Amino acid sequence: MDKFSIIVLAKQVPDTRQVGKDAMNADGTINRAALPAVFNPEDLNALEQALAIKDRFPGSTVTMLTMGPERAKEIVMEGVYRGADGGYLLTDRLFAGADTLATSYALSTAIRKIGKYDIIIGGRQAIDGDTAQVGPQVAEKLGLNQITYVEEVLDMDSKSVTVKRVITGGVETVKAPLPCVLTVNGSAAPCRPRNAKLLMGRKNYEVPAWTVADVNADPAKCGLSGSPTKVKKIENIVFQAKESKRYGDSDADIAALVDELAVNHIIG
Amino acid sequence: MNRYKDTPELEARMHSPLMERIVELKENFYAESGKYDYAPQNFEDAMDNYDRVLELTGSVCDDVIAPNAESVDREGSHCSGGRVQYSEGTAQDLKVMHQAGLSGFGLPRQYGGLNMPVTVFSAVGEMISRADASFQNVWGLQSCADTINEFGSPEQKEKYLTMASNGATMSMDLTEPDAGSDLQSVMLKATEDVENGCWRLNGVKRFITNGDSDIHLVLARSEEGTTDGRGLSLFIYDKRNGGVNVRRIEDKMGIHGSPTCELVFNNAKAELCGDRRLGLIKYVMSLMNGARLGIATQSVGIQDAAWREATSYAAERRQFGRAIDTFPAVYQMLAVMKAKIEASRSLMYETSRYVDIYKSLDQIAKVRTLTPEERQESKRYSRLADALTPITKGMTSEFANQNAYDSIQIHGGSGFMRDYACERLYRDARITSIYEGTTQLQVVAALRYVTSGVYSQYVKDMLATLPDSETKAAISALVEKLDAMTAHVLDQKETEVNDFCGRRLMESAAYCVMSTLLLRDSIETPDLFDKPLRVFIDLAKSQVEGHASVVMGWTPESTEYYK
Repeated sequence: MDKFSIIVLAKQVPDTRQVGKDAMNADGTINRAALPAVFNPEDLNALEQALAIKDRFPGSTVTMLTMGPERAKEIVMEGVYRGADGGYLLTDRLFAGADTLATSYALSTAIRKIGKYDIIIGGRQAIDGDTAQVGPQVAEKLGLNQITYVEEVLDMDSKSVTVKRVITGGVETVKAPLPCVLTVNGSAAPCRPRNAKLLMGRKNYEVPAWTVADVNADPAKCGLSGSPTKVKKIENIVFQAKESKRYGDSDADIAALVDELAVNHIIG
Repeated sequence: MNRYKDTPELEARMHSPLMERIVELKENFYAESGKYDYAPQNFEDAMDNYDRVLELTGSVCDDVIAPNAESVDREGSHCSGGRVQYSEGTAQDLKVMHQAGLSGFGLPRQYGGLNMPVTVFSAVGEMISRADASFQNVWGLQSCADTINEFGSPEQKEKYLTMASNGATMSMDLTEPDAGSDLQSVMLKATEDVENGCWRLNGVKRFITNGDSDIHLVLARSEEGTTDGRGLSLFIYDKRNGGVNVRRIEDKMGIHGSPTCELVFNNAKAELCGDRRLGLIKYVMSLMNGARLGIATQSVGIQDAAWREATSYAAERRQFGRAIDTFPAVYQMLAVMKAKIEASRSLMYETSRYVDIYKSLDQIAKVRTLTPEERQESKRYSRLADALTPITKGMTSEFANQNAYDSIQIHGGSGFMRDYACERLYRDARITSIYEGTTQLQVVAALRYVTSGVYSQYVKDMLATLPDSETKAAISALVEKLDAMTAHVLDQKETEVNDFCGRRLMESAAYCVMSTLLLRDSIETPDLFDKPLRVFIDLAKSQVEGHASVVMGWTPESTEYYK
């Protein structure tokens, strides 16, 4: 029977579902101290798909990969307690302040170092940034196929993976050659709980930590220096009823709507 | 917030001074360390393991079992074609508990179990019951496997304990239409099938909790022509062999998630467990003691849930311009509820610890000869566990009913509506003082320990180890009343007076024992238990002194008014 090497990309995020009054700093950035750090929810859906593949194809391995400060190794441990074989933490001051481009670069160097992979799987997006860019960018950097919006991995063989993915108004079944990057939706099966035997038996697992040098990354492409994204300002917008505008279905109204959206750089 | 971590009163009970002994015995002096990666290497390692497993259970309760409780109650179980289907929520609860690796909780590691002590199992039972009492029936019955572990053959252990660790559900099939409290009257017939090297079961069982389980322990009459308990043996039935169908499930008042079945045995193939004729007098007695402790954990969980519901409602509900929990009538009720919970926990966990010590020694005795000291220790704790079990079950289940009642009372009219959880708790609580032996039967079991002075001596011995205090003096005064009542009743030399005053005597003894244990816990952790202790002592005084005022004047003639 086939065996697969699966890498799960997971991120430790501030729990934005618990936002209180002090959730934001005065400068508009997230006050991480005020919010508990959690396993990004859609990454848990991804982990479940990975573990389900391992269940179906015994001998397959699931390796966690995360980037973050020292405490982000909790993400690797969480994966291990739910059934992953092990994992790595990318941690280095040089990785700090990374946008999606620098993050995907760093992850891709770590994946190259891990070397063996048939499936790289992560959540669709993280709840702190909601960009949904890291998975696809990792695929690009590694020159791999990618399937986004995965609902369920239906089948695998030594050469390909078949998945159900969500599209507007329905689902489609697609097949891609291996290796392949998958990003998983929050509507996919919830992750299994931690397992008692693993909680006890693997509590002394030491999560290997890799620095920029360990993964042979170019420091200029990592962290802040590798991040072209600049956050100008973050505002808390509360919409009021009187601020709404109504457009009809006439050509003139539609043109006015497009203009309005273009002026605000929402489209175009 | 995790329901284990948000209950320091529970966590404190895991750190009793007896725990070190319990762990080294349960782990047979850490013999399996190195053999299994999840076997602890020492005491601290084991305690850390228990903590992890309890936190895990707490999160499964928070994330899955508690959110499912209402739909489980509304949907209930289904029965068709002789089989039971759990409610959707119960099926999910079972699946997640198994995924969390919590099956085979107390079973040896060689069969895939977690080898957890009874004390930790009790804590799990309490948390599950707080989330959904009915699920405790379905899940907690896995402890039937302990009976196979104690008395089964090596082949039976290999087969059934491994199944249990892999998530097989269990039931104990004892009750029949004409054999409820009086199990000696069991009639289900067991016939030896010499040709096929097995036994065949024929007859009907009634009120069987989780009766369509994968593995059944069945009490049946193996000795033709007998009519008493000595003609009964214990059998193991594997559902995959067929021959047992569910005729119907009961439409119950509460614990809807737990299917209560009427079973028809039609030449069902079964294996004898242990020796013939010892079914009731040895194995079921052991099974029942475990089951009674299980009901006590369920009762404590319900008590706690009822108190929490009442507490949060009373803090939010405003009348006459203020939250109702600022009125003496209400905060007094809440404090009494809390005191009952803590006194129940002190007793229930102490009983669990005693069971752990003697059962672990029993297991060790299977592989080597116990030292004389160990034999003494085993005997001592086995006796204490037997003495404390009936008062544990009896008191905690009555308190569960009282807390559920008071919880509704605090909710006022809203509590009578099905919108609030207190209503479900009230219905679920009702069975706790009935099944696995009614409170009245717990009184019968406890009475011999009252009249022989076991409880009184137990309390005096423990008080002697505690520093002097006003509370200690108050408890000593109650024990004197208990002794006086006992002496007076014995002086009547009339069994009927014993039985008639039994409930009052048992309760008085139980209040003394519970007060003492709570005092001891309060000395160890005053922040948590000082207030509940003081409230409980007030309650104990009013109850024991009330009972004494009646019992002390009792004569054989007094029973006549009641007939």
